[in-house]
Amino acid sequence: MEEFDVVIVGAGIIGCAVARELSRFRLKIAVVEKNLDVCFETSGRNSAVLHGGFAYDRGSLKAQCCVEGNREFEQVAKELDIPFKRTGKLLVGSSKEDYGALKEVLEQGRENGSEGLHLVSKEEMKKLVPWAKGEIGLFSKNSGIMDPFQYVIGLAENAKQNGVEFFFGKKVNRITRGEKGEFIICAEGKQLKSRWLVNGAAMGGAVISEMAGIPGYRTTAGNGAYIVLDKHTGKYLPMPVYPVPNNSYMGVHVTPTIDGNVIVGPTGNEIADGDDYGVAGETIEYLAESASKIWPYIRKSDYIRNYCGNCAKWYDSSGLIYDFRVEIRDLQAPRLINMVNMDSPALTSALPLARRCVKLIRERERLEANPDFNPIRKGIIRFSEMTDGDRQDKIKENPDYGEIVCRCEQVSKAEILQAIHNPLGTYTVAGIKLRTRAMMGRCQGGYCQMRLVKLLCEELGLSEQEIIYERKGSYMFTGRVR
Amino acid sequence: MKGNKEVVVIGGGPAGLAAAIAMRKMGIQDILVVEREKEAGGILRQCIHDGFGLIRFRESISGPEYADRFLREARALGIEIRTNTTVVALTVEKCLTLSSPRGLELLQAKAVVLAMGCRERTRGALAIPGERPSGVYTAGVAQNYMNLCNLMVGRKAVILGSGDIGLIMARRLALEGVCVEGVYEILPYASGLRRNILQCLEDYGIPLYLKHTVTNIHGKGRLTGVTVSQVDEHRNIVPGTEKEIACDTLILSVGLIPENELTKQAGAKMDQVTGAAVVDEFYETSVAGIFAAGNVLHVHDLADQVSLEAERMAKGVCLYLNGMERKAKEKSRVVFGEGIRYVVPQYVSGTENFTFSFRVAKPVGECKVLLKQGGKEIAQWKRRGLLPAEMEQIEVDCKTIEQGREIEVMLALEGR
Repeated sequence: MEEFDVVIVGAGIIGCAVARELSRFRLKIAVVEKNLDVCFETSGRNSAVLHGGFAYDRGSLKAQCCVEGNREFEQVAKELDIPFKRTGKLLVGSSKEDYGALKEVLEQGRENGSEGLHLVSKEEMKKLVPWAKGEIGLFSKNSGIMDPFQYVIGLAENAKQNGVEFFFGKKVNRITRGEKGEFIICAEGKQLKSRWLVNGAAMGGAVISEMAGIPGYRTTAGNGAYIVLDKHTGKYLPMPVYPVPNNSYMGVHVTPTIDGNVIVGPTGNEIADGDDYGVAGETIEYLAESASKIWPYIRKSDYIRNYCGNCAKWYDSSGLIYDFRVEIRDLQAPRLINMVNMDSPALTSALPLARRCVKLIRERERLEANPDFNPIRKGIIRFSEMTDGDRQDKIKENPDYGEIVCRCEQVSKAEILQAIHNPLGTYTVAGIKLRTRAMMGRCQGGYCQMRLVKLLCEELGLSEQEIIYERKGSYMFTGRVR
Repeated sequence: MKGNKEVVVIGGGPAGLAAAIAMRKMGIQDILVVEREKEAGGILRQCIHDGFGLIRFRESISGPEYADRFLREARALGIEIRTNTTVVALTVEKCLTLSSPRGLELLQAKAVVLAMGCRERTRGALAIPGERPSGVYTAGVAQNYMNLCNLMVGRKAVILGSGDIGLIMARRLALEGVCVEGVYEILPYASGLRRNILQCLEDYGIPLYLKHTVTNIHGKGRLTGVTVSQVDEHRNIVPGTEKEIACDTLILSVGLIPENELTKQAGAKMDQVTGAAVVDEFYETSVAGIFAAGNVLHVHDLADQVSLEAERMAKGVCLYLNGMERKAKEKSRVVFGEGIRYVVPQYVSGTENFTFSFRVAKPVGECKVLLKQGGKEIAQWKRRGLLPAEMEQIEVDCKTIEQGREIEVMLALEGR
């Protein structure tokens, strides 16, 4: 049985941030994930916005962590070599009530420490986002957009570089305690022993908590569906545009992605099955209709994809929990840290939350700094983002940079190979997609999917029948042609 | 360092190869065909069924054989084909950026031929509801896996859309022992050619369900089934008609989209209906010296038509390069009447005989195709019936055209 100081359950943004922050110390750390890669669930299925921190209850952990996470993101992005833009964000309203609500959001935001907020007139709004619809707006200068896949992958790769081990495709099915009170974690045939356990499982979080000694939670899923629009629409949306929010739901909004697409969503229905990633036809119509009220540029002919994400809504005996909780109960379940209710704005707040988790451990035992810790991780250099001069040099250095595998997003073979072989690596088709953008364009893999399959087989010595598309069991081929 | 070329042909499929060969035969020496795949031939390489060449060669051959004839001729004529090379940029000045493992190359062309073909419409574009398991393939991708990679994509399949590739794939899957549950088409008529309905479905006992569509997709890992429903004449789902079908494969054959990213980059004027460049009868786009033919211009039914169109375009390119443009000072705009979905070309000089290609919006019976100018009929052609699935072409004698004046293409239904 492999022994660890800390085992983290879940390789989403929270698990990976905790892993990375803990790798600053001399600890043997493992991350156990039921999916075959990082960010296959909540962390990869959201609005990808760096939030300002104004839309959360005064003094809440959500407000604190969001403001803290927002402030430091330049530094984080630099260390992890991930793209991010402080685009600013516009909230639009039209009625007198909206005006009141926006003013209240402004007040709340200021008290939360969210900087760069001000109300804007219709004229000022038109300057910020000429195509936005509304009479009055609230502008948040510090809000921005990021690539959630690259963020999670960046954290995970950096953690791995600093010694963290990752176990994918291992769903935790039993947690017991050994003689010395250490956790014994059974995950699909894998047994791990650990002094500490961090529960970063979103949808399965209540179950893990109960297995590890803290019952009483239950989770449902806040289901949010989105439509992805073609890249040519990006030029009409310089920043996210939101309706007037309430503190638990942002409303259907439109957001430019870091790569120039526009995403429209989310819905906010509570569903029982957090593993359901289906999007209904009516949902898509509803999204288009709702978002058209604030940004009238939604055409069916621009749809390239839709998706939905589920964020865990946690309940305890007193009902739905609003705030984040980084929780330890020393008497009831020593050395178990529950990352409770990591819904929005968890992406923005991940590192501050991870630091709070680390603090709980440090308060209980002396942690020695890891002298080899290196906060710097290098991402994949993209052909599409290079100048012609750089392309020329890069191809000379590595001819694979000249071979375009994905035409829509102009992804070269060199980038695909890096995705497969980088510190964390990947062996699923979707894993390559999240790392490189191959298959994310308007043809959705019509041109490159077979090339990705071929490269996975060649590079990893797999047979085609072993190739997995995304989730467990998503095999692509049933055999060979006679 | 910028190189020079007289003509650069983007795409080495049926259109690009036919154009290059025709141009060479007309005396143009400095031609380069750029092909992103490791071999030229385009989508023909994966079309191992027969039925190609009936018009062009008057015999039925397979796709690879059809491509091979053009490739051999191109080779014999010494035409340079650069494979594994992608054009990553095209400017209005006809400067191209080529990327390949050999490096990045800038080329200044006197003329550019757009022959990039088309791509398949995807699940996302149609917003087909449901989960996202594996086992959902567009027909062309499934065809590539089966015919070029020797891989079976599934065991029990449902086909959505009755486009030609879907019909061909229904037969291909059946031949490999896959249970093909049926072909479901949202429209009240088939989208593919009549001959394919007969040879690919009827001969194999595969049912075609018109006015049906897929309304849900099931499965977390691999596809486990789909829900199909009937639709009414407005394509709205008829409640209570849902039927669950267990299957591990869903093949989408729901339309083709001309691949015009470079066309747009070069600033050519686009036709909203075809999703492709607006051209005149010489197949020249609104950017002087940039020409387009084949599926990049509008989706054809047959590779033969693509080759023939490219050959007609080749003449236009030669005239342009030789400075012998036969263009009227003011071109006639082409407009069309009810029942017609699009007409190519969209502008006509009327200095030479030319061909109109068009499709009807829905099936019509016996009818006449009329050309009018200023409300006056200038020519007519009788047709026994027209289907959206079958592209129509009419040859126009330029002498009938009054230059510079709008041309109307109309349908006159018999018995009206």
